[in-house]
Amino acid sequence: MKILVCVSHVPDTTSKINFVDDDTAFDKNGVQFIINPNDEFGLTRAIWFQQKQGAEVTVITVGDPSCEPTLRKCLAIGADRAFRIDLSPTDGFQVAQQLSAHCKDENYDLIIAGRESIDYNGAMVPGMLSALLGYSFLTNCMALEIEGRSVKASREIDGGIESVSCDLPLVVGAQKGLVEEKDLIIPNMRGIMQARQKSLTVVPAVDSSIQSSISKFEKPAPKGAVKMVDANQIDQLIDLLHNEAKVI
Amino acid sequence: MSILIFTETENGKFKKSAFELASYGRAIADPLGVELMAVCFNIQDTSPLESYGVDRLIQISDPSLENFTAHQYAANMAEIAQTHDAKLVILSSSANAKYLAPLLAVSLSAGYASNVVGLPESIEPLRVKRSCFTNKAFNLSTLDNKVNIIGLSNNSYPVSENPKEMVVEQKKAILSETSFKVEKVEKASGQVSIADADIVVSGGRGLKGPENWHLIEDLASTLGAATACSKPVSDMGWRPHSEHVGQTGKPVASNLYIAIGVSGAIQHLAGINSSKVKVVINNDPEAPFFKAADYGVVGDAFEVVPELIKKLKAFKYNE
Repeated sequence: MKILVCVSHVPDTTSKINFVDDDTAFDKNGVQFIINPNDEFGLTRAIWFQQKQGAEVTVITVGDPSCEPTLRKCLAIGADRAFRIDLSPTDGFQVAQQLSAHCKDENYDLIIAGRESIDYNGAMVPGMLSALLGYSFLTNCMALEIEGRSVKASREIDGGIESVSCDLPLVVGAQKGLVEEKDLIIPNMRGIMQARQKSLTVVPAVDSSIQSSISKFEKPAPKGAVKMVDANQIDQLIDLLHNEAKVI
Repeated sequence: MSILIFTETENGKFKKSAFELASYGRAIADPLGVELMAVCFNIQDTSPLESYGVDRLIQISDPSLENFTAHQYAANMAEIAQTHDAKLVILSSSANAKYLAPLLAVSLSAGYASNVVGLPESIEPLRVKRSCFTNKAFNLSTLDNKVNIIGLSNNSYPVSENPKEMVVEQKKAILSETSFKVEKVEKASGQVSIADADIVVSGGRGLKGPENWHLIEDLASTLGAATACSKPVSDMGWRPHSEHVGQTGKPVASNLYIAIGVSGAIQHLAGINSSKVKVVINNDPEAPFFKAADYGVVGDAFEVVPELIKKLKAFKYNE
């Protein structure tokens, strides 16, 4: 089985978010970048298929050279090879087109991407990629088992879980729950050394179109001061929620 | 030309998001003088939608579409959008809508903006404000395409009544051959889901163990609220992942969010930032969450919460 894991290089979850150039660009200054957490859950599941079912795991990102440490980390975690499509993308559709061009040459059986990235939260790439390739698609994936060409999987829905079955090829939108947090692989020294020897291929971008662009960022308006209520006067809290905030 | 909304249902009834989308769609359709259309799947009583300004409802009833399947629903939506020359398709931000939208976008060659908050700033080209960086920021997106799709954030647009003469049209479903099958849907009955809840009650490590969760559950049931938890609580297995709210968990956009024994790490705050009113109950006056809260109570959860439940019951009784 050939698996592709699509990863995004995103600011660490603890990052303070600021903007520069008259609020038109994200301020990368002092920001630590990580593998998008939803992608990392997917990668971890892919490595499980590699170890238990002999799958071959490729990782790919669409980005500039600054994304390469994230690909190296994926290789250190256990991916067999990596690709970087050399383009700073403008929107999710452009990313999906680039990935789809790569996938058409490679015929992957299973493609895993995070259900969304934690920076732009577009939630576009896995679904669009599946549609461009004509593959089945399952997002918010919580469990994934494959026997031969048959897939059994489950998806988190609002207020519950849905079990589905389908055949490969499939695109999966991964999220927390696909693997447990404790099963995430922290690269060891051997993995890091091996990663240096593995292939990381830079490929030129293909022609692609864009459908949306960002003209401006803004931060939420600063919040008013918190109103403190004495723990012995809970009636006052109920009164504030009812008469002032009007939420109960 | 028209504007098309995808209305979602639960147990054969429209969800609140259907009325939000109709109200939102009406507000866009009016100045443009175009028709507001809606699509619904497998619903008997369509009359509740009449109050919210929909001109035409396309009703698809087919037992094989009983369970939501993104590609089948997308194919039906795409055909209707093309037949009626929809320039704008509006969906909610539910798990199903976010599953469907990218498929629909590709089949309509449409641009798609998810997590949109509020009405567009311009229509031609479409310019919308959406949340990004998991609610730590917003961005203005411009979508200059023949057809565009908006995914409206839950609870970000008020429902407003605007009764119209609604034409209801039956349409036969298009069904494609596929290996994809929904085998089973498991839903906790009688519980409010985090995505649909007006009020969410959330517990953190301060509750000391899963055996104390009755406090959270009792408060939630008193308020008709959904229950949620912080990341450490779900990581330790005290509560299921589905309750984890925060940057890597679920986003919360409720009217009222009550956090009990949650310190307020930046990742947690990111996930709940879109909630309108935040109440924090914590025994540590230095907990960072107080800075992000509207109302705060410094006190022992094991004393404050039972007291709050008692007083709320009395309040509800007197109402």
